[in-house]
Amino acid sequence: MIKLTPRTQPSKAMVFLSPLLALALTALTAFIIFVFILTDIEISRVFYTLFVEPLTDRYYISELLVKAAPLIMIALGLSIGFRAGVWNIGAEGQYVIGGITGGAVGLYFYNVEGFWLLPLMSLAAILGGMFYAGIAAFLRTKYQVNEILVTLMLTYVAVLFLSSMLQGPLRDPSGFNFPESRLFHDSALLPIVWQGTRAHIGLVVAIILSFVTWFGIKKHMSGMQIKITGSAPRAARFAGFDDKKTVWFSLLISGGVAGLAGLFEAAGPTGQLTPGLPQFYGFTAIIVAFLARLHPIAIIFSALLIALTYLGGENAQITFNLPSSITKIFQGMLLFYFLACDILIQYKIVFIKTIGQKT
Amino acid sequence: MNEGLIIDIIIGISIASVPLIFASIGELLVERSGVLNLGVEGMMIVGALAGFVVQFHSGNAFLALLAAILAGMAIASIFAFLTQILLTNHVATGLSLTLFGLGIAAFVGRGYSEVRIELISAIHIPFLSDLPIVGPLLFGYNPLVYLAIFMVFLVWWFLFKTKQGLILRAIGDNHDAAHAIGHNVVRYRVLAILFGGAMAGIGGAFLSLVQVPIWGEDMTAGRGWIALGLVVFSSWQPFKVILGALIFGGITILQLHAQGFDIRISAQYLSMLPYLATIAILVSLRMGDKSKTNRTMPNCLGRIFHSTT
Repeated sequence: MIKLTPRTQPSKAMVFLSPLLALALTALTAFIIFVFILTDIEISRVFYTLFVEPLTDRYYISELLVKAAPLIMIALGLSIGFRAGVWNIGAEGQYVIGGITGGAVGLYFYNVEGFWLLPLMSLAAILGGMFYAGIAAFLRTKYQVNEILVTLMLTYVAVLFLSSMLQGPLRDPSGFNFPESRLFHDSALLPIVWQGTRAHIGLVVAIILSFVTWFGIKKHMSGMQIKITGSAPRAARFAGFDDKKTVWFSLLISGGVAGLAGLFEAAGPTGQLTPGLPQFYGFTAIIVAFLARLHPIAIIFSALLIALTYLGGENAQITFNLPSSITKIFQGMLLFYFLACDILIQYKIVFIKTIGQKT
Repeated sequence: MNEGLIIDIIIGISIASVPLIFASIGELLVERSGVLNLGVEGMMIVGALAGFVVQFHSGNAFLALLAAILAGMAIASIFAFLTQILLTNHVATGLSLTLFGLGIAAFVGRGYSEVRIELISAIHIPFLSDLPIVGPLLFGYNPLVYLAIFMVFLVWWFLFKTKQGLILRAIGDNHDAAHAIGHNVVRYRVLAILFGGAMAGIGGAFLSLVQVPIWGEDMTAGRGWIALGLVVFSSWQPFKVILGALIFGGITILQLHAQGFDIRISAQYLSMLPYLATIAILVSLRMGDKSKTNRTMPNCLGRIFHSTT
């Protein structure tokens, strides 16, 4: 019989080994699934297309960075709330609203150029995302309504709102009635940091934010406060930390960052507002945050890993006509195994010999 | 409005609320045992696909339902194993279950997007179903509609009229105490999770076997999440699930009719209504209540249990 026994001290080795173990198990399971489902394709070629090819040349690597940037940003914001037990599951909605408010500013000044435009758009995006997450913060602090459900429901609303905006006020007047906005002009587009690719300044912002968050959590009392409120809400209240303040702080930060990520997507790789703006980044960022164990620097690496599954999925779609949903399977499985393997940090598996009698 | 239209609307509302009743009554039992499973959406879509595929190949509605139930249970068992044996975080595990379910359903179902199946037909009881008004409103539904009501009754009976139900509620309220007096917390919770999976599976299958004869990878459209909201709305009381589901079914159907009547609001805003209504109802529930926490909520909801003995 197998039993879990708590370790006296968390295992340092397992902190590093468990993610690797989770990766290996994911690959193994994927292999078994493929053997059963993809009888007509050579499995090794599928694996190559999914995981190796996206790392082989300049184009793929730059696209990896393009996809990692919003994931890093959103996951950073979410990780702050998750530490405090504030579950913002609807970052996707805040991302969309940020794209709309920031994008709307850019479209309003469609015939005015200026260095001030991009900062103004970013500000509008941050405020838009903050406002949208703020609704959930208000309802939780005032009426104790669960923020998981509110943020999620608002995500569906945001996607519908985007669609109505693109058929109405934000539609390109000369766009043959397509539900798309005008193209942003040059000073409303994000600067490219790697010439000849789509890798934009958002990546730099994302990495800077990671370090800022890291220092913030390390140095500041608010970081301490958030950590304690999450792990022991009662103790936090006795210590005088304000539960409501933490809810507001977590949701406004994660909403603002998600909003900014939404604008960066519109003003970066897409260059306009389209119905394709929501790409599940808001949900995937939850996985990114957990894979990184909510650590701001580790988020950069887990975002790159998850970006690889996105890119690999798209690649497999083109090469083998596999559905892009394969990405979600990988992401779900990776998180399953990761959560399961993390048990090895706090517990050890003990094999108990059952001779003659049952325990 | 004529009589026929009103009857159509009422029938439409009932049909729209059934998947929500199935999914929420399952989740209600799960949450009563102290487990929060956010994977409802994923379990529903897997059930919808399994039912659809088996119905397409066998044409046997009974087998199709069985497949949906088993598929829901199979994917729920992953959640049960992770949260109950490996003690993982309920929220994170539930979310990955939803992601995984949506992914695997879209993947396996990729060859079925252009086929149609025969829908499960409504019952017809001689004489009773032919009565005017009462006939179609009470005796003319699909058998699954009656099953949904029956399941609500069954869950109520189990929770409040049986010894096992009492134990399950005790576990949900204080797992340490329940464990101390000798109840097997993990076994009760695992069985509850499997039941939740089975119910979400049927709820999903209702979409693909009764509502529309085609398969679409986004056909659950957030109903799993609405079902989770309904459980909160019900204050974990089984019969209130029906009331909540009818309200949401009503809003869904009425906004569809409003779109048909050329009301001058764009379709997107009307489509937002079911989601906004979920929030509005959750808020209105708490407005009259001054207490800090929801008193009917199981105390151990979402908390990890590990016995040291």
